[in-house]
Amino acid sequence: MTDYNFAYLDEQTKRMIRRAILKALAIPGYQVPFASREMPMPYGWGTGGVQVMAATLVPEDTLKVIDQGADDTTNAVSIRSFFERTAGVAVTEATAEATVIQTRHRIPETPLTEGQILVYQVPIPEPLRFLEPRETETRKMHALEEYGLMHVKLYEDIARHGTIATAYAYPVKVEGRYVMDPSPIPKFDNPKLDSAAIQLFGAGREQRIYALPPHTRVVSLDFEDHPFDPSRADHPCALCGATDSYLDEVITDDAGTRMFLCSDTDYCAGRQAAGHMGAAQAGAA
Amino acid sequence: MIVCENVAKRFTLHNQGGAVLPVLSGASLRVAPGECVALTGASGVGKSTLMRMIHGNYLTEGGRITVGGVDVSGADPRTVLRLRRERLGYVSQFLRVVPRVPARDVVAEPLLAVGWVRDAALARAEALLARLNLPRALWDLGPSTFSGGEQQRVNIARGFAHDYPALLLDEPTASLDAANRAVVLDMIREAKARGAAILGIFHDATARDAVCDRCVDMGAFRPQPA
Amino acid sequence: MNMHATPTPDTPLLSVRGLTRTYGARIGCADVSFDLWPGEVMGIVGESGSGKSTLLSCMAGHLVPDTGEVLFDMGGTLRDTLTLSEPDRRRLGRTDWAFVHQHARDGLRMGVSAGGNVGERLMAVGARHYGDIRARAADWLDRVEIAADRMDDRPTAFSGGMQQRLQIARNLVTGPRLVFMDEPTGGLDVSVQARLLDLLRGLVREMGLSAIIVTHDLAVVRLLADRLMVMKDGRVVEQGLTDQVLDDPQHGYTQLLVSSVLQV
Repeated sequence: MTDYNFAYLDEQTKRMIRRAILKALAIPGYQVPFASREMPMPYGWGTGGVQVMAATLVPEDTLKVIDQGADDTTNAVSIRSFFERTAGVAVTEATAEATVIQTRHRIPETPLTEGQILVYQVPIPEPLRFLEPRETETRKMHALEEYGLMHVKLYEDIARHGTIATAYAYPVKVEGRYVMDPSPIPKFDNPKLDSAAIQLFGAGREQRIYALPPHTRVVSLDFEDHPFDPSRADHPCALCGATDSYLDEVITDDAGTRMFLCSDTDYCAGRQAAGHMGAAQAGAA
Repeated sequence: MIVCENVAKRFTLHNQGGAVLPVLSGASLRVAPGECVALTGASGVGKSTLMRMIHGNYLTEGGRITVGGVDVSGADPRTVLRLRRERLGYVSQFLRVVPRVPARDVVAEPLLAVGWVRDAALARAEALLARLNLPRALWDLGPSTFSGGEQQRVNIARGFAHDYPALLLDEPTASLDAANRAVVLDMIREAKARGAAILGIFHDATARDAVCDRCVDMGAFRPQPA
Repeated sequence: MNMHATPTPDTPLLSVRGLTRTYGARIGCADVSFDLWPGEVMGIVGESGSGKSTLLSCMAGHLVPDTGEVLFDMGGTLRDTLTLSEPDRRRLGRTDWAFVHQHARDGLRMGVSAGGNVGERLMAVGARHYGDIRARAADWLDRVEIAADRMDDRPTAFSGGMQQRLQIARNLVTGPRLVFMDEPTGGLDVSVQARLLDLLRGLVREMGLSAIIVTHDLAVVRLLADRLMVMKDGRVVEQGLTDQVLDDPQHGYTQLLVSSVLQV
């Protein structure tokens, strides 16, 4: 694979992206513009995350890629093999072994540690977008900390559904300053944004990078009388019996039988290997 | 209370070749507290014009007008507004109100403007309308659909709602029947008794004689042709 | 005792001095000066192109004038709002100032419920208790005569008059001291206009609001404005008490304007 530069992107581009990343780390939650490149994949497949990843990887890294918590979905598999081929780095499915993790829509259940980097794919970086379509105006609102509008969205939720119905991409305030879209992770994962790892967010189509340095204070927005609630389905995992993980609801037959499974496949497999058992396993045993 | 000194007025019609219509010159009069003075003279002699100048509705061109020591002729809008709100009442021949506002609210408005609480203001408005025999059924309706006499009574109630120290009355008894005319004359007497200075135009000589202490003939203030 | 004292302040709420805005060689508005006192409503009339909208935009900070000052009473001292920092000016725009647009859709969020529209200004100044925000929004909807069961409807489902009343509620919920209004009754049916005028009059009196109303409708200013300014070709040709300017106009243009109105 000598035809490609290390990790696909040329060094000048990586340098440009690294500058954006450093600036983003210096101003947590602030969206730094960068010159997003054409990547050999369509927009919406994680071009932002891939570029941030390319600028972050070093040959000694061990890479893990998840999509919706799983290591074995199409998107995760193709991005992992992309970097295996263009950077020749080691890959893993074990959260604890990875030095860099690229993710879409989840934060791994296993707590991340110092020295790890979590890279998010972000479709729409602007949390105010759906309320205020003008980019000139939203930038001004960020600059002047005018975030009343963000609460209008939550107000509308409660008025319509009786509770804050926003279940993913739940807005957060970073270090008491910038309001940030945590990418479409479930709000269950929001508390995990307060992490020991470096978290980088890349939006390719929108050409924005933002970041959370380790141990950044991240607060989910709410009302005094409707506090933030990181809800999860009220079931144990059918495979590993976990009661503390985020679950996917899987329909298993035409009669509509459902099963709740950990969305984090590595976490679930690890628990099963350690002897934990869910209802489905117990029934089979 | 009301003092006019050597007051002059003319209208310049810019859109009719700058035609100048002199209306008043050298008009002087005084009305003391507790006194009712009638302006007399033929129609077109400038009675209403002088009243409007005292009210600040027409600009004064020469001379000086004061009400309770406040110079109306040279005052800024804010001073005139305050004077009208607190000290100078005016019952015109025409009622100008926001359409569809109930008669009761129209009458209570001057009281609200000087800080009355709403319930008290409405109660006083109702008492006045009742005294002037306006049918109760009309109190909740906007006066723009009322008959001339009914509108006039709403107008009078509004003008007498607040106890102004100075009052201008432009034909207050016109288009009223005998009973209501008597009520209005009583109200004028009461206002005098509490010390109000009243300047009025009364075409009805009986009414004039009943309440006015003296008359000022406006014919004396006709501008002399140059 | 039925009365409470109404003190007369000795500083104006707003003092506009020498405000001028040109568009190239064309004059938008030129050398406009006046003082507005607390509780006063001032009307600005003139035909299309007379500069009244330019003047309003300059005063409200939507347009930068070439020269002049727009002084506003901030804690007892007059400060030039044109030299305020942008955050301060925007803060003024959601606290002490309000702007009612001619077209309600310019002043409302059409995708947000009526309650959310009213609540936005509260949330913008830090309200974080849903129940309180909702109660205050409900109170304001009631004051502008919008039924409680319409609170969660979007303004797209409202009539023109309702939208305008909603816009007023949204603007007044934070208790501003000065409201700018651009043709607030324009485009509404006559009967709806009357109701809106009455509503505005009541609110102005109850809240002690000051207002500047731009309109071409002399009937509106007669009923709503204490004072009147007449503009022509970007300049103020006459100003004074509303009834005085309308009944005893001094300038030829004002005489023409007044005599052109159909009497009903």
